[in-house]
Amino acid sequence: MRVYLEGVGLVGPGLSGWEPTRALLAGNVRYQPGPTAVAASELLPATERRRAGMPVKLALAAGHEALAAAARDAAKTATVFSSSSGDCDNVHHMLEALSTPERQISPTRFHNSVHNAAAGYWSIATRCHAPSTSLACRDASFSAGLLEAACQAAGDGVAVALIAYDHPYPEPLHAVRPIRAAFGIALVLAPSTTDRSIAALDIAFVAQETAPTPMADHGLEALRNGIPAARSLPLLAVLARGSPETVVLDYVSGTHLRVAVAPCG
Amino acid sequence: MQPLAISHYSIVNSLGAGSQAILDALRERRSGLTPCDFETVVLDTYIGRVPGLEQASVRPDLGAYDCRNNRLAQLGLELDGFAGAVAAARERLGAARIGVFMGTSTSGIFETELAFRHRDPRTGALPGDFHYTGTHNTYSLAEFVRTYLELTGPAFVVSSACSSTAKAFGNAARMIAAGVCDAAVVGGVDTLCLTTLHGFYSLELTSRGPCRPFDVERDGISIGEGAGYALLERVDDRTAKDALLLLGIGESSDAYHMSTPHPEGLGAKLAMRGALDRAGLAPADIDYINFHGTATRTNDAAEDLAVRELFGTGTPCSSTKGATGHLLGAAGITEAIISLLAIEHDLMPGSANTRAVDPELKSHYLLESREARVRRVLSNSFGFGGSNCSLVLGAGG
Repeated sequence: MRVYLEGVGLVGPGLSGWEPTRALLAGNVRYQPGPTAVAASELLPATERRRAGMPVKLALAAGHEALAAAARDAAKTATVFSSSSGDCDNVHHMLEALSTPERQISPTRFHNSVHNAAAGYWSIATRCHAPSTSLACRDASFSAGLLEAACQAAGDGVAVALIAYDHPYPEPLHAVRPIRAAFGIALVLAPSTTDRSIAALDIAFVAQETAPTPMADHGLEALRNGIPAARSLPLLAVLARGSPETVVLDYVSGTHLRVAVAPCG
Repeated sequence: MQPLAISHYSIVNSLGAGSQAILDALRERRSGLTPCDFETVVLDTYIGRVPGLEQASVRPDLGAYDCRNNRLAQLGLELDGFAGAVAAARERLGAARIGVFMGTSTSGIFETELAFRHRDPRTGALPGDFHYTGTHNTYSLAEFVRTYLELTGPAFVVSSACSSTAKAFGNAARMIAAGVCDAAVVGGVDTLCLTTLHGFYSLELTSRGPCRPFDVERDGISIGEGAGYALLERVDDRTAKDALLLLGIGESSDAYHMSTPHPEGLGAKLAMRGALDRAGLAPADIDYINFHGTATRTNDAAEDLAVRELFGTGTPCSSTKGATGHLLGAAGITEAIISLLAIEHDLMPGSANTRAVDPELKSHYLLESREARVRRVLSNSFGFGGSNCSLVLGAGG
């Protein structure tokens, strides 16, 4: 199916914003690791801002960058959120509390533990009543979100913001589910071309095991392997190069997505 | 939208295992709720527990997925001939042409709750026999179901709290419409765990007795566990004339609060209107509404307002959570299947445990089960984060 990409948002370790990192992603500059720099969004009311965890910050930062580039009103845009494990700090603290004799957990921790917490805070921040879904697909979470967002954009004829994010668990869960760093990526997909269209994406689900497109830079390849949301990097690299190319993104076992990118204009 | 045929379904929760047991219980207005005796939990509340899960086990080749949630997932697949029906569809359509879209809110987190109690006192490490990937991870449920059913199509988990398994119908409908697959297994599972029992308790949302939806004395939810699945297929010349159908789905966001519904039911209204519009139906075309009806003060009041505004006060309606408890992520599929039972058997289930309807709530709320013609049902599911979903279900012919 074909959709048109209108905006990209990106925040990751040493990666701050789509435009500033294009040269790096295109392969012209060597990747320098750094922290994921993300601040609490001014868009949230003060109470919610205090309560919001890392996923909310990642989602708001990446989502707003992409929607601004697409010149779309966040209040009217449907969203697809995707993440392997939601708010990993929050669940750690909840599990700690539940392992004590008192078992007292805070109401805020509990409501932040739902996988759609980022979507909930997003809708409050943007005053958006449009449909929103929250998906989980372990390492294939970005691909699952991309497939769903594309089906929605192409099928329902609406613009959809895909927002994928992941961040590390503290120990001891980190040892059994290592996620390398905090990372957020957002894509605004539209059903038809506009003057903001960056590229046409032809997305196909293929029920066949094939090696995914790797990143040439070793540092970026380590991110791709180590963070579910960073499995989006090969697609971003093609977009950064601005050339017509096809990328293979791994999806659930025995399958992949084939994304043919055709730059607009 | 193009209606989709619901060719098979299966269901299990504290009311019983299999659709006949659930139907009988609904007719008799029975409740599966009992005083909380889950694991070591000491809370003054009632739960809807599925017996025998502690002794159950998953298929030996799927041992890596063994946890309470996937045990109940397997129990559901083995009921009502569901796994066999999917196998027949797989033979006909091909394994890669059937998607698996599951919903759950807490997946197998109970395993991690237990593992945290047994961390190494010196290093803090989790026990060596703890398997995160097949249990706690949210995708574990869909991977388990997909592997069990030998399907190779698209898959993921929807996790939007208590609307999860209703919303999975929407994902399946979009995937089928886009041609990514020809059929889909939708539904999901949630099971009892410390996170939800203590979590809802901390929010002061758990009832001290069995929950009483729409009752003047309602004081909160009873948490239950359950599994349910439906096989969705394109309507074609193979489809029976009187086939059960998914006619419409509406989704919306409250944009109001993380754990409290919009007081006027704004998001609920948008979801219900969306579902009716997608179905090409008017409110008067709906014979019965299965409420989200959690029995919290705020949910029932907001839902009543929203339904009243769209439907007036004439449409018969009830919540079945007094019977099953609140199955959280599995509530959507459970109540969709109860709606299908209502259509197949011309039954409007009365509200178990509700004694006197709150006089502030004006909907046409059924205390007693009623035998009456039911052709189309609207089923509501609303979740934390303001995630709303309504389904319109019906029958052909």
